[in-house]
Amino acid sequence: MAGIDRRQWMAGAWRLPSAARPLTAGAAGGDPPRFAKPLSGREVMRTRYFPNVPLVTHHGDTVRFYDDLLKDKIVAINMMYADCDGVCPTITMNIAKAQKLLRERTRHEVFIYSITVKPEEDTPAKLKDYAEMHGAGGNWLFLTGRPDDVELLRLKLGFADLRPEVDKDKAQHSGVVRYGNEPLSLWGACPGSAKPEWIAEEISYVVPQG
Amino acid sequence: MYFNSRGERVSRARWKAMVAAFGSRQELIKAGLMNRRDLLRMGLLTGAGVLAAKSGLSARAYAGYGGGGGTWNGGQTASPPTTPWTMQMPIMPVKQPIAVSALSPAPTIAPNATINAATGRPYEGRTRSHQAPALGFPFPAGVTYQVTQKAAQVTMSPQLPAQTIWGFDGLAPGPTYVAQYGTPILIRNVNNLPSANDGFGMNSVSTHLHNGHTPSESDGFPGDYFSAGQYYDQYYPNALAGFNSDFKPNGNVNEAMSTLWYHDHRLSFTAQNVYKGLAGFYLLFNQYDTGNETTGFRLPSFSSDPSQTYDIPMMFADRVFDPSTGMLAFDSFNLDGILGDKFLVNGVIQPVLHVRPRRYRFRWLNSGPSRFQQIYVTDLNNPSASNPFWQVSTDGNLLPNPVQVPAVALGVAERTDVIIDFAQYAGKTLYLENRLEQVNGRGPTGNIVPAGTGNFLLKIVVDLPSAPDQSVDPATGPSYYTLPSISATPRVQRKFEFDQRYNGQWTINGNVFDGLTPRFTVQQNSLEQWEFRNGYNWAHPVHIHFEEFQIVSGNPGLYGTSGNDHNNYSRWSSQYCYSGCTTLPAAGVNLARKDTVRLDENVNVTVKLRFRDWLGRYVMHCHNVIHEDHAMMLRFDIATTGDTQYQP
Repeated sequence: MAGIDRRQWMAGAWRLPSAARPLTAGAAGGDPPRFAKPLSGREVMRTRYFPNVPLVTHHGDTVRFYDDLLKDKIVAINMMYADCDGVCPTITMNIAKAQKLLRERTRHEVFIYSITVKPEEDTPAKLKDYAEMHGAGGNWLFLTGRPDDVELLRLKLGFADLRPEVDKDKAQHSGVVRYGNEPLSLWGACPGSAKPEWIAEEISYVVPQG
Repeated sequence: MYFNSRGERVSRARWKAMVAAFGSRQELIKAGLMNRRDLLRMGLLTGAGVLAAKSGLSARAYAGYGGGGGTWNGGQTASPPTTPWTMQMPIMPVKQPIAVSALSPAPTIAPNATINAATGRPYEGRTRSHQAPALGFPFPAGVTYQVTQKAAQVTMSPQLPAQTIWGFDGLAPGPTYVAQYGTPILIRNVNNLPSANDGFGMNSVSTHLHNGHTPSESDGFPGDYFSAGQYYDQYYPNALAGFNSDFKPNGNVNEAMSTLWYHDHRLSFTAQNVYKGLAGFYLLFNQYDTGNETTGFRLPSFSSDPSQTYDIPMMFADRVFDPSTGMLAFDSFNLDGILGDKFLVNGVIQPVLHVRPRRYRFRWLNSGPSRFQQIYVTDLNNPSASNPFWQVSTDGNLLPNPVQVPAVALGVAERTDVIIDFAQYAGKTLYLENRLEQVNGRGPTGNIVPAGTGNFLLKIVVDLPSAPDQSVDPATGPSYYTLPSISATPRVQRKFEFDQRYNGQWTINGNVFDGLTPRFTVQQNSLEQWEFRNGYNWAHPVHIHFEEFQIVSGNPGLYGTSGNDHNNYSRWSSQYCYSGCTTLPAAGVNLARKDTVRLDENVNVTVKLRFRDWLGRYVMHCHNVIHEDHAMMLRFDIATTGDTQYQP
């Protein structure tokens, strides 16, 4: 539907059930506000949440977050850092097992992105060591980038805490795994501390059957 | 760090100005000053389109933070303005039954696993057989319905574009079921939802009958979701608890329930799907709560004709709209709780209800997604006056007696039936006003803002002709149901810690949700005592499927201080309390059967409950649906043999 104009608005009003019909036309004086054309679901998500910032993979390749990592893909995204000795090792292990389970369960590819919360420290080489240490392969990328870009991404993706003292403590970074089917604009989340079987189950919610 | 709606870094000062401007706009909206012309004329709008700063209650200030998930909305991008009180409050239609012969394929006791050639999936999404026929319930049920979940276009405000909702029969809220105790019903629940979702919503669904004493396979267990193109037959026995245990064969009438609601419970996608509109009311009547004010308890009469009914369900919801497109917006990556700045009653933003000068029964439901409310009746011509009314139920269960209250507090999913006598307000205009301050998903601040400065929900105009009123005056002290005894020794005591989230993950007893295996097993027909502990600064409305509980200690009261309000506080057990609540006895409106309890910050609550008659899998969860979808939920099973895990 295009941006609504007064005529469309009035026409639409008469299609309503009587109980929901406006009591007064053009209430409060003046035209109804004009709105921009509604976006498709994936455009809603892209414009609100997915800045197309450049990132660097653990292979050393520069990629764009939306264009190269999300567009047309099924993905799972989490945050970590290489020297993290809190939740990270467990969550990374859980994701690795979930990735294996998903490979057995579906022929659709699920791309996994682990983004560092410490881009100042985590160079591509350091992330490559981390990936190898955890046996992370296939469509799994560990990502770093310019600190401002990574921080923007972290906030946009809601890997944040409303308590400022918690939010700035990297050791308390989010352990949530977001998963999504970008073309279908289906996005959910599950705890990375869940069992691998449960993480795989959740991610499969956005994987087409068959 | 602070960001605006485009993700640009802004200074703290700039961010504070945005938040303040948003708060100011809320106040102006309430004052009816809606459009740019009015605002410019009054000098309240600056050249940059930002409202001049003015202190006031911010409905959604949290949206301005960079952290916590509310990141897309930079504070300045609150919902576009809408003029309140321009649409009538819809009263949802009563769902009409059909002949069972109209269902094709015919309903079956075992799930219909035949593959539908059109979809390649089984016709039915159900995985377990109906338990009721084996216990002597008729099959097919006496009354049959078919409801279709589908997308539809609706108007929520004349100043917003048509909105695409997902609704039962294309309505949001869905149609109201009117059921009778002793008459089982079967609802064929058809999923015709599209895959296109405008950015949020999962088109596989599981419909939960909230508060129902329902066998597991019809309860709407979160994992019992079914796909578009499938149906799911839900059998609601409408039988009183105890019918198959301690009150054979008809159950205990003191377990009767009145105001239930149904809503989507799709695992991990409940918040999105309910936000999109998948919820409605389910009313249960019996020989006492008859729907006829000349019989039984003589509560105000219910009619399926909206112009003749004095018993009106009202679903409260708060929502956000995209300021650019005017379309319903869901904050997909929020982890704390979504607070809307538009207040809907029965699917319309700030509608008007015209009433007659007589008693009405209103059935109030806070459908969320996350906001806690404390609702008052406000007369703007005399805002300092308290307008008390009668609370007759909590969570859809009638109290032993009506209790006069200055307000009701409702966490998400809590319901209350109230009786308001509009004879005393003939010719006046009143407002339902939520005066409980809440600025983020953590929970309410506990502050009650002055009358006239809160969130206005509904305008009530007492201007219809008078009509005879044969309902009982609650002030005469009528009695409803007696509380069933819970004095037996619990078979087991359990403890549940509703934790502060760690690393962004919500937990109960340190564990996240796993729908594949039960956390513990309850023994059928036994009494248990559960303690909910919340040592943190987050509030959670805790809901247990299947059985009502009675609060033994820690019962929540009204928020605010007694200085603010009506002298009737003595009927309340406590005000907003932190420590020490556990010693307070249940009283007033908390002498009740409930299915959801507000677990306020740093409060512990103990409840007793019995699990009778049916078997199978159920859940307990936080009903802040954002917390729920992020794993603050556990599965328990009811079986003939239970375990005794203390802290499962």
